[in-house]
Amino acid sequence: MVQADSHSQFLLRRLHTLAGVVPVGLFLLEHLFTNSMATNGAAAFNSAAATIESIPFLHFIEFFFIFVPLIYHGVYGLYVAFTSGYNSGQFPWWRNVMFILQRLTGIITFVFIIFHLWTTRFSGKAPTFEMVHQLVSNPAYFWFMLIGTVAATFHFSNGIWSFCVHWGITVGQRAQRVMSYVTMILFIVLAGVGVDALIAFTHTAS
Amino acid sequence: MTEVATQQGRSTTEQVLENGQQKFVHLRIQRQDGPDAQAYMQEFAVPYTPGMNVISCLMEIRTNPVDKNGRPVTPVVWEMNCLEEVCGICTMVINGKPRQACTSLVDKLEQPIDIKPMRTFPVIRDLMVDRGRMFDALKRVKAWIPIDGTYNLGPGPRMPEKDRQWAYELSRCFTCGACVEACPNVNDRTSFIGPFALSQARLFNEHPTGMMNRADRLDALMGEGGIHECGNAQNCVEVCPKGIPLTTSIAAMNRQVTYHAMGAWLKK
Repeated sequence: MVQADSHSQFLLRRLHTLAGVVPVGLFLLEHLFTNSMATNGAAAFNSAAATIESIPFLHFIEFFFIFVPLIYHGVYGLYVAFTSGYNSGQFPWWRNVMFILQRLTGIITFVFIIFHLWTTRFSGKAPTFEMVHQLVSNPAYFWFMLIGTVAATFHFSNGIWSFCVHWGITVGQRAQRVMSYVTMILFIVLAGVGVDALIAFTHTAS
Repeated sequence: MTEVATQQGRSTTEQVLENGQQKFVHLRIQRQDGPDAQAYMQEFAVPYTPGMNVISCLMEIRTNPVDKNGRPVTPVVWEMNCLEEVCGICTMVINGKPRQACTSLVDKLEQPIDIKPMRTFPVIRDLMVDRGRMFDALKRVKAWIPIDGTYNLGPGPRMPEKDRQWAYELSRCFTCGACVEACPNVNDRTSFIGPFALSQARLFNEHPTGMMNRADRLDALMGEGGIHECGNAQNCVEVCPKGIPLTTSIAAMNRQVTYHAMGAWLKK
């Protein structure tokens, strides 16, 4: 056994959980909020998108507060998913299943985000209601978005649960149990908000 | 097949008859002839006696080492010592769950009883494993209280009764290895020391004298294979035969390590 003198793995792991909640998680909430504007019609969404476009130093903020933490969380997360063992067949308990779902939804979200960015942010088209409407009019793309939205919101909500354990916030069994109810309600709400916006984009702009 | 020994050749006084028929306990045991040998399954049928546990089944096989079909086999190798679930040495995977063979009562188990060694540890032979890595982990986290010296240090500080009560629960850990076996993050791709070691670090950090070496244990938990390798699958707490609140210990140590790490960094 190697003598415990290097704390780098510990720091990388803690940064991973922190990055998932603070910049990436907060961005997810903001993104779901903006998308929900679509439920108020094309004009409302376009106005919200224009507001974001008007943020000063937008590219700087986008790069350092979204892309850098997102890539770090995603790539390190794949390493975590790869080094984990999977034994829910032998031990089919609730938290063990959630442990696997967390890794599975992480991988789904990783693939989803790459495709999602490629077809929207890096597509060269302006981020308008019409652009998204064109995309989700394809049923395959719509279902892909739906799976991705549900996976991302699950990963975020359940991730808050493990964040609270990793940082020593929820210590006792009761606190952890209450937190798992809270985060599952959060998942249902966020997934609902995301899917609702997705459906709103399928209606033609009128 | 002239050498075939028969089950019926045994003394009738030991046998339990049910409608004049001897009842048998059916076992499926994973065998392995040596550390690098190939594992294989073998089936056994041992005469049933009331109140049998898995140990007494294995002893029956040792008395009459024949498989289900009466063919002579090498007796199954296993370890045992206390026979009252306090030494931990007879831990094996029984019907899919890591537990002690001594407290695994035949009457409460589904048959055929499936018995395997704990594969997280190197198998020496059959059901006998080398749990040395657990001792190494305890050494890593300094799970002891250093009081040796050249003169009498006198009595140490007292421990509040309230804390002693929960600390006692943690002290019931007997390094059986069930939590290490059930943990998905203890595998070939990680160097995780295992749930029990984190709980033991908490026990000795709570002790008023042990607290004096608190920082050393927290530094160890932040080291390679430390607390950050835990993925919160929480199988450990489910399989612990002593009902030790391992997940609470892990979260409590996460809190200590968080404060320690931030404090150490800000003080530099």
